[in-house]
Amino acid sequence: MHLTLRVWRQKDPRVRGDFVTYEARDVSPDMSFLEMLDVVNERLIQGGGDPIAFDHDCREGICGMCSLVINGVAHGPERGTTVCQLHMRKFRDGDTITVEPWRARAFPVVKDLVVDRSAFDRVIQAGGFVSANVGSAPDGNAILIPREAAERAMDAAACIGCGACVASCPNGSAMLFVAAKVSHLAHLPQGGPERAQRVLGMVRQMDLEGFGNCTNHAECEAVCPKEISVSHIAKLNREYIRAAVAGG
Amino acid sequence: MPLDARIPSGPLTEKWDRYRSEVRLVNPANKRRYRIIVVGSGLAGGAAAATLAELGYRVDCFCFQDSPRRAHSIAAQGGINAAKNYQNDGDSVYRLFYDTIKGGDFRSREANVYRLAQLSTGIIDQCVAMGVPFAREYGGQLTNRSFGGALVSRTFYARGQTGQQLLLGVYAALSRQIAQGAVRMHPRTEMQELVVADGRARGIVTRDLATGEIASFAGDAVVLATGGYGPVYYLSTNAMGSNVTATYRAHKKGALFANPCFTQIHPTCIPVSGDYQSKLTLMSESLRNDGRIWVPKRAGDKRPPGQIPEAERDYYLERMYPTYGNLAARDVSSRAAKRMCDEGRGVGESGLGVYLDFADAIRRLGEDVIRQRYGNLFDMYERITGENAYRVPMRIFPAVHYTMGGLWVDYDLMSNLPGLFVLGEANFSDHGANRLGASALMQGLADGYFIAPYTIGNYLAGERPGAADAGRPQFRQAEADAKERIRRLLSVGGERSVTSFHRELGHLVWDHCGMSRSRRGLEKALGLIPALREEFWESVKVPGGDRELNPELEKACRMSDFLELAELMCHDALAREESCGCHLRDEYQTAEGEAKRNDEDFCFVSAWEHNPSGGKPVLHREALHFETVHLAERSYK
Repeated sequence: MHLTLRVWRQKDPRVRGDFVTYEARDVSPDMSFLEMLDVVNERLIQGGGDPIAFDHDCREGICGMCSLVINGVAHGPERGTTVCQLHMRKFRDGDTITVEPWRARAFPVVKDLVVDRSAFDRVIQAGGFVSANVGSAPDGNAILIPREAAERAMDAAACIGCGACVASCPNGSAMLFVAAKVSHLAHLPQGGPERAQRVLGMVRQMDLEGFGNCTNHAECEAVCPKEISVSHIAKLNREYIRAAVAGG
Repeated sequence: MPLDARIPSGPLTEKWDRYRSEVRLVNPANKRRYRIIVVGSGLAGGAAAATLAELGYRVDCFCFQDSPRRAHSIAAQGGINAAKNYQNDGDSVYRLFYDTIKGGDFRSREANVYRLAQLSTGIIDQCVAMGVPFAREYGGQLTNRSFGGALVSRTFYARGQTGQQLLLGVYAALSRQIAQGAVRMHPRTEMQELVVADGRARGIVTRDLATGEIASFAGDAVVLATGGYGPVYYLSTNAMGSNVTATYRAHKKGALFANPCFTQIHPTCIPVSGDYQSKLTLMSESLRNDGRIWVPKRAGDKRPPGQIPEAERDYYLERMYPTYGNLAARDVSSRAAKRMCDEGRGVGESGLGVYLDFADAIRRLGEDVIRQRYGNLFDMYERITGENAYRVPMRIFPAVHYTMGGLWVDYDLMSNLPGLFVLGEANFSDHGANRLGASALMQGLADGYFIAPYTIGNYLAGERPGAADAGRPQFRQAEADAKERIRRLLSVGGERSVTSFHRELGHLVWDHCGMSRSRRGLEKALGLIPALREEFWESVKVPGGDRELNPELEKACRMSDFLELAELMCHDALAREESCGCHLRDEYQTAEGEAKRNDEDFCFVSAWEHNPSGGKPVLHREALHFETVHLAERSYK
């Protein structure tokens, strides 16, 4: 396959970026998208150019590090798939492909396609945990959890924190990310004691970081590589109201 | 150098309890006066950082990823072992201990492994308390699955994302400590040098990967929990960033490197599809519970699998190992697959693959049950290969997955350099010559949550707080060394990319120090690797500068260490004149191709000392004494 790439290049956070066009020749349909970029980078290095910086690590769809917007879609055209697991057989010979970083106020560009997602870490630090010091746990089976509740908690807990939800949202909202963590712990008895302060704290931090609010576009669900449902956002809203009314 | 593992006295079953009762404690009011450096934020490092902070110590934690939540522990799929015996199928602490010792082919320390088995149950309790959503029965109890190398069902799991869920538990605990100011987190920061002063580990020098800034951090103890070095083979199931730099640079400062040649080849990975391939993807071994492994009986049979009748298929694991069948231990299964391919019976375009067939299981249980058990794995397989494994058998081939070798540590998980602790995959401690499935997560969390917090306290109790000071000349020297290495890499100005060297090194190590090793091959590799290293320093091309985000420079730094480690691995493999666990020496096998262990001469841990003059490393031996277990021939027949 021969492809034309339009790639966002930006030297650092302080300068303006722009699209640069590259030809990607002799691409195998069995390559992953990132392997295709590896090949482009190898050729750039050989030619004395500056390789394209992008985030990636596990390349098996679980670490949440890879973060490319492809033709306007976070993680590209394949549903429920991170860009590291997207393969070139999903494209056609001769295609022009536009590659951009996550774009959101709360995710400033570090370089090229790499963004700073530390806002997510700070949201988790604001309450996305159960306070259970090591040594204090009862036997695992002392806490019975109905299978259905465990499964629903797991549905939410599958979030990999990649930020595609934010990148795809016209409001730059992190509601799906926050909802996934709140919903995961709200479905489990272990999350009970800190339920109210968790949701209040995380939502407060989310707002402080500059994420927008949810206006029910559901773009986040459409691009989520783990296919986390927007019903968790409804759960987040219920949890928030419950906590706010109860006075936290 | 005398190697003392400092194993507590007393009966095996009482050692850890005795240790905990007698260990020195730090006055709670003094804990905040100690600063501990933790490099790595995976299960071992993240758990240690969070737990030490809970105890009151001040902690600095470092990871090269953009967030501690992305450490490679996250990729473990299948599960975590624990001797809970919830299934009432005869499991016990002793049995988990024995299976682990046997799985390691009697090349690990009894005392360490027994402690690991003891702690396994508490890990599950702790993870549940933190909200890890393990799979449950309808009655609300925790459920289990079985795993390779065991006859009981003791593996806890969270769909195919167990590592992720355990890591997110650790990350949550760590986040709580960060919020409280007890842990200072340093993401996108990579360790460059270990600083040793007065014979003790006193801190580290790091590089900020976004700005290139070189900085010093002093600590009263240094913990390395930096994972394994699988990517020395270039292709592996590890993450692209997994590397040996932290442990190798500590090795060059005097820490012994133990059993570097013990690298696990996992039997169920997706085969390689082309030269551009950057990594291999593991399919959880749990698939072997329901999938049947086979190849055609006739060499060169290129018919599609559906056209090969039952009578012309060889279910070779079931044939050769009737007791364990498709669940035979990892190295046994991997080598059997290699043998089939060497005989010309491999499948797929490259001939480097065997079938993992679910047709029988689907007939027996229905497609829905299989989808429920393995749906995400089947989806992943289809995304990568474009094939539907509900219709055609999967193709699998072994790939490098885990490194049992690592820095030598004593019972306290402290290296021979006082004050340097090494946890998780980065140490060598518990898995001997091979690791059982679902045991890596167990070890990482045991080390981080339950062992290091005690043993580091024991060390610190004898140390004056604040003795480490980043103003000391040793830090200036280490910073200068780090800067000089980077300057050299950037100034070579050659023709070849880092990746091209990495690929070549990977081929070399896979061919000569991979699934089977021979004197001839290893000697050849020991000639080729130094030559490749020389070429690297003469003709590598690293674009960009040092004061910016420069992924090529990061790769080049890591590569410079892989080029040295590869040689150490070959020295180790050559010196170990026996076959054991994952280490099969062609010269030491039975007529049927089974490994021949030599307990008489090789029942020891190889601990290598770096030779600063550049000559051959020096081998130290820690003899292994088995007081409880009888050294049996490891059979899965």
